[in-house]
Amino acid sequence: MKHFNKALIGVSIAASIAGISTAIASEEFDKPTISAKTMADALHLVMDSDRTIYTRKIVNRLVKKEKVIKASEHFEDDKALVLPAQMFRFGSELVAKRAEKLPDVNFSYSLQSLWPINKQNAPKTDIEKAGLKFIAENKGKNYYAKETLGGKTYFTAIYADTGVAPVCVSCHNKHKDTPKRDFKLGDVMGGVVIRIPMDG
Amino acid sequence: MLNREKRQRSRLLWIWVLFIIGLIVWLSYSMFEAKDKTIFMPGPLTAGHHQIGLVCSACHKDPLSDGEVFQKACTNCHGDDRKKPFDSHPRTKFTDPRNADTLENINAQQCISCHTEHQPDMTNANGLTQPVDFCVHCHSDIGDDRPSHKGMEFNTCNSSGCHNFHNNRSLYTDFLVKHLNEPDLLSKQLLPEREFSKILEELTDYPVDRYPFKQLSDKDADATENHQLETREFKSWLDTAHAGSGVNCSACHESKQPGAERVTWADKPDHTACARCHNLEVERFKRGKHGMRLAVDLPPMKVIDARQPMKKEAGHKQLDCNSCHSAHRFDVSEAAVESCLGCHDDKHSLAYKESPHYTLWQKEISGDALAGSGVSCASCHMPRINYDVSEWMSRTMVDHNQNANLSPNEKMIRSSCIHCHGLGFTLNALADKKLIDNNFNGKPSVEVESMSLAEEDHKRAQQELLEIQDN
Repeated sequence: MKHFNKALIGVSIAASIAGISTAIASEEFDKPTISAKTMADALHLVMDSDRTIYTRKIVNRLVKKEKVIKASEHFEDDKALVLPAQMFRFGSELVAKRAEKLPDVNFSYSLQSLWPINKQNAPKTDIEKAGLKFIAENKGKNYYAKETLGGKTYFTAIYADTGVAPVCVSCHNKHKDTPKRDFKLGDVMGGVVIRIPMDG
Repeated sequence: MLNREKRQRSRLLWIWVLFIIGLIVWLSYSMFEAKDKTIFMPGPLTAGHHQIGLVCSACHKDPLSDGEVFQKACTNCHGDDRKKPFDSHPRTKFTDPRNADTLENINAQQCISCHTEHQPDMTNANGLTQPVDFCVHCHSDIGDDRPSHKGMEFNTCNSSGCHNFHNNRSLYTDFLVKHLNEPDLLSKQLLPEREFSKILEELTDYPVDRYPFKQLSDKDADATENHQLETREFKSWLDTAHAGSGVNCSACHESKQPGAERVTWADKPDHTACARCHNLEVERFKRGKHGMRLAVDLPPMKVIDARQPMKKEAGHKQLDCNSCHSAHRFDVSEAAVESCLGCHDDKHSLAYKESPHYTLWQKEISGDALAGSGVSCASCHMPRINYDVSEWMSRTMVDHNQNANLSPNEKMIRSSCIHCHGLGFTLNALADKKLIDNNFNGKPSVEVESMSLAEEDHKRAQQELLEIQDN
C-alpha cells in the first residue's frame, strides 16, 4: 500500500511538472516573436514556391512537354487543369473561409496586376496601385506599407509575380481580355498582395 | 355615490389587470409552447418560405438571432445551390479587406441583405428585396471594360440570357462563342442517363449485406403473414427494379426506431424509408417546395396550400415520395408527367400535352424512340444532373429539388435545354413569356443580345491577335 502511495505521489509530481512545463511552453509559443513583415515574407515564400511548382511541374510539364492535357480557364467545361492563377485564387478563397473559424489567424492575400485579364484583379486601393507600380519598376524589391480599409489598419506587403514558364507568357499574351500582349519570360506580370491586420 | 364610483373604478382596474395577465400568459404560451407562432409574424412570407411559416426556428434559430445566425439558417438549406454550378460572388470575395468599400452599399456577405423576408411590398421576382439596379454599385464602369455594354440600361443586367448574381459564370463569353451558330435543334437530342443502378456497388451506405443484388421471385417476398400483398400490388412489385435488384418487402416496410429492440412494420412507409437507399434524392426533395416541410419536421405539404394554380380536386393530396411515385409500382414515367399534371393547373402545364415535347415523350415511352429522347415535365424541372455524392464522387441523378432549376429560368439552360437545342434558340425561348405559356409550341419571337455581343467580342479579340502577328 505504501509503495502504491509513493508511486501515486511520484506520478502526481511528475504530472504537475509536466503540466507546468507545458503551460510555460504554451505561453512561450503564444509570445509574438516575429514581425508582421517577417510573417508576410514567410507566407509569400510558401505561396510563391507552391505556385512555381504547380506552374512548372504540373501545368508546363503536362501541357507543353508531355502534351497529355490542356489547362483552361474554363477547366470544368473543358475537363482541363486549372490555370496557375486560378489555383492561387482558390487557395486564397479556402484560406479566407478557414480563417473565419480561427480567431487568432487573420490574414488575406490576392493576386493582382496592372494588366489584369479579369478587371476585378486590377489594383483598387492607393497602396495597391503604388505597390504594383513599385515592384514592376524595381525588379527584385518588395513593397511594404500601412493602410486603413473599412476602418481597420493593415500591414500590406506586395511581392512581384513573374512569368516563370512559357505558358504564363503565351497564355496572357493571347487571352482575348488582356490589356497587354508583349510579356516576355521573366517579366513582372503582377503582384501578390498580403494583408495582416495591425489592430489585433 | 363616491363609494359606488370607487367600486366601479376598482372593478374596471381588476378587469384590466386580469386582461393584461391573460394577454401575457397567452403570448408567453404562444412564444414558448404553442406550435403555431404566426401571431408574432411581422408580415407574410415569400412564396419560397410560406410552407414552413409555422416553424419560426427554421430561420430564427434563437430569439436574439443576429446576422450570422440568420446566415447559417440560409446556407443550411441553400448553401449547396450557391456552390454549384457556379458562384461568382462567394462570401470570401467580400471578406477580403480590399473589397470593404463595396460592403458600404450592400453587405453582400449576408443573404438577408438582398433577400429580406416578411416584406411582400418590396419583394421582386426570385425573392429579391434590393432595387433592381444593385449591380451598378460595383460595376458602373463596365462600359470601360466591355465597350459592347456601353449605354446599357441599369435594369438590363439580369435579363434572360445575360447575368445572374449567383451563377454569373454559367454564361461566360467563351461558352457563348463555343455555341455560336448552332441550329435550333441539335443533330443529337438525348438527355443523360441516370446512374443509380450502375454504381450501386460503390454506394457505401447501401445495405447490400441484407439485400444482395439479385432478381427476387414471388417466393422470396419476406412480408409477414399478416401483411400479404394484394395480387395487384404484389405483381407491381415483381415488375419493378426493386424486385429486380433484391429490394425485398422488409427493406421499405420494416424499420427499427432508435433505442427500440425490435423492428416494426409500417403499412405505409414514409420518406425516411425511401431515404435508406435514395438518401440524396430525398434530401434534394426536402430542399424544394414539394418537400421542404418535411425538412423541418412538419407534416407533408398539401396541394391546397400552394400559391400557384392547382387543380381543386387535388387539393387534399399530400406531398411525399408516394404522391408522385405510387407505392409498389414506382413508375418513373408516371412520376415524370401524369403525377405533375394531376395537380398543376397553370397555362404552361395545361399546354404540355399539345407540345412537341410531349409528342417526343409519347414516342419514348411507347418504345418507338430511344430512351432519353422524350421530354417530360421532369426532363426540365427535375433534370438529370451530375451531382456530387461526396467530395470525391459524383453520379448522374434526378434532382428532386425542382426549385434549383428555376427562378431564374436560365438555370435550366445547361441542365436541360442544351442537351437538344442550340444555345441561341434556348436563350430566346426562355425569354419569351408567350412561348413559355404555350409550352414551347412554336418558335421564339424574342431575340436576346447575348450571342451577338459575344460574337462581336470574339471578332474584336481575333482582329487584335492578327494585328500583332502582322507587326
